[in-house]
Amino acid sequence: MAKILYIDHEKCTGCRLCELVCAVSHDGISNPARSRIRVLKWEAEGLYIPMTCQQCQDAPCLNVCPVKAISQDMELDRIRVDYNTCIGCRACVSVCPFGAMNFNTTDRRVLKCDVCDGDPQCVRFCDVKAVDYIEAGDVAIIKSRKAAKRVSDAGNSELNI
Amino acid sequence: MALNRKIAYIDLSTGDVQTRPIPLEVRKKFLGGRGLDAYLLYNHTKKGCDPLGPDNALMISGGILTATCASATARTHIMAKSPLTGMLGSANMGGFFAPELAWAGFHHLVIKGKARNPSYIYIHNGEIEIRDARDIWGQSVTDSQWAIRQELGDEEVKSCVCGPAGENLVRFANVMTGVKNSAGRTGMGCVMGSKNLKAVAVRGTMDLEIARPMEALEYNKKFIDQITSAKVNQTQGTLGTPFIWGATNSWGGVRTRNFQYNQCEYADDIEPERIDEICEETMGPHHMTGCFGCQVHCRAQYKIPEGPLAGKYDEGPEYTSLGAFGAETDTPRAVTVLTGNHLVDQFGMDNLETGSLISWAMELYELGIITDKQTDGLDLSWGNDEAVIEMIERIAYRKGFLGDALADGGIPASKKIGKKSFDYLIQVKGMSNLHSDERATPALALNVATASRGSDHLRSRPAIDLYHLPEEVLRKIYGNPIPYDGPLSSEHTEYVGKPWQVFWQENLYMGVDCLGICKYHTVFLGVTLPTFEEWSKVLYYNTGIEMTPEEIWNVARRCNMAERLFNLREGLKRNDLEKGDMLNHRYFDEPCRRGALDVVGKMIDKKKFSKMVDELYEHQGLDKNGVPKPETLQSLGLAKEPSHLL
Repeated sequence: MAKILYIDHEKCTGCRLCELVCAVSHDGISNPARSRIRVLKWEAEGLYIPMTCQQCQDAPCLNVCPVKAISQDMELDRIRVDYNTCIGCRACVSVCPFGAMNFNTTDRRVLKCDVCDGDPQCVRFCDVKAVDYIEAGDVAIIKSRKAAKRVSDAGNSELNI
Repeated sequence: MALNRKIAYIDLSTGDVQTRPIPLEVRKKFLGGRGLDAYLLYNHTKKGCDPLGPDNALMISGGILTATCASATARTHIMAKSPLTGMLGSANMGGFFAPELAWAGFHHLVIKGKARNPSYIYIHNGEIEIRDARDIWGQSVTDSQWAIRQELGDEEVKSCVCGPAGENLVRFANVMTGVKNSAGRTGMGCVMGSKNLKAVAVRGTMDLEIARPMEALEYNKKFIDQITSAKVNQTQGTLGTPFIWGATNSWGGVRTRNFQYNQCEYADDIEPERIDEICEETMGPHHMTGCFGCQVHCRAQYKIPEGPLAGKYDEGPEYTSLGAFGAETDTPRAVTVLTGNHLVDQFGMDNLETGSLISWAMELYELGIITDKQTDGLDLSWGNDEAVIEMIERIAYRKGFLGDALADGGIPASKKIGKKSFDYLIQVKGMSNLHSDERATPALALNVATASRGSDHLRSRPAIDLYHLPEEVLRKIYGNPIPYDGPLSSEHTEYVGKPWQVFWQENLYMGVDCLGICKYHTVFLGVTLPTFEEWSKVLYYNTGIEMTPEEIWNVARRCNMAERLFNLREGLKRNDLEKGDMLNHRYFDEPCRRGALDVVGKMIDKKKFSKMVDELYEHQGLDKNGVPKPETLQSLGLAKEPSHLL
């Protein structure tokens, strides 16, 4: 069973180490503009949300690609770009609903998360595991458990327990 | 790569901007960050220059490793001649400014002159422009940053700014970035205000090549594991720096009621666990945040739970705010600390200096040296929470006699107040001491007395002296990278061996400040953390520069000496109470009244203290007056300063 990147933004401390290690591990360069994961911030409220490719099942980037350079890799449950075929038209960048398909203006090519071929560096370096790499089927149960706890807490406080 | 990051010279009077590469020979001598800034300060200011005049040079920099694949290279350093002390002005902050500056193409800025109108500097991928800030002038620290983003139409812009306190020339105004990251000592925000410079805004997307990326990445992982495995950092990561306050207060190391006591009683409401509870109640279970690339995440998020500013978001409160607005003023109430912390963050003012001066004024009020006439009727009795909050605002806006007097700093205020008020002022070189009480810890007392930027705990403090480590462990730490076979003592109340520890820490902290890494990632509070040996590797993998641990140690010594030269040029005299390496008489005359059994009754022995200073000078290569010996300058390559290499 393939794993997916699971982001729990509540845990994110906003340090952006994920951006640094993503750029360095892929390109050997420090530059957040090269990162496949980005931490969006609302500093005035202390809100930090890491965003990256959702590896969609019905991926708009894949559907829109005029040269079929984008494909689904079932083994790693990811959407990948074949750079030998890619013509750099950026149609994928414009249709991605998450802004996760990026374009590097130095190398003049698109970039997206490739889950580091199964060993995502953002996860490896994130101490609080705001970004984690887990079985796709486990996501819902983790969220359910959290929601259940919230419901329980809310009930307890209402009953003044 | 890191080595192609440039230096920019910006003249606000003429609008002239020049950029230059930083030669490798300069890098090898000073690395970057605070060390290179010290060299620049000495070279770009003239003796006796007016700190608030156009000739003062304001340096803003990142370290040589900033934004590289090394842990927590988040630190921004600010340097200028201090309007508070008239000597070295230097302050360091975390956040995200310095990495953005590096991605925008620069490591160092030298800002001179004075803008005709309120202005800000905008740096974007190698381009520098000076822009109008009249609409932003007067705004708080955070509002001004968000306004700049809006004006530039870019939410990713990072700015360092001065707040209203800097504009009002409060002599201990901060330079700040983000919600609360503060370059908060020696009044660097005041220098910005004096130059009509509201902000420096940066945005960068320029590649910064890593010399050996895969090795750097793997070494970084090791480095981070070393850092996060330290218990002290794990505790910092859950309770933040308040945990140090709680620990220090428990044995009697916290100044209370100015200098009357060394422990704050009835402090349950500001103990770290209580502060953590408030953070959790207002921001949820994951309320810790971090600076760029840092896995320690020592900064808490909170909303003020009650009072006139209830619901306002801020970060902290740090160790210092607990002392400044809790213990020193004897107002150990969470809401006062959290509100005070928020106000100084918004005004852009040093919490430490503010709280210390308010507590000094409270003691003077108790003694009748100042009366209701000077306070405009404000009751400055110990424990008056409202008075503390009111005084913060009066200082920031220079309201009334006392607000205006304190805004000039302790020594000028003591001259206005007169009547022996100076005797009660707990300061070194014109800068207030931290709220910690060093009467039972000679090593720490030596550190605050001799720190380069005036009384300070972040320049040479052997904090691990409090851990009573076995001598063989001390030898292992303090005997590297330079062998040391002199005395060392595990006992924190001792005087022997302490000068070497202070000397070693001084070089360690300078090293970390040159690299641009946070002090929590070296031997400050944790004993197992990276030092010179690890830095040698991390420097090589990231920049390609090959330097041995000893060579980095020598850079640190050179940079510390550059700071010393600046201070001597600006009037440092060994035993001068206003400009010297000397403590207030109360350290020698008034014993500790509270705390642990081995603390009660302790005070600093003046003769032994003087001997420690002699020894420290000897280690540093200074003569008995604290002036460098010619051979010291020769060996450090500083015999012909200013040498104007940059």
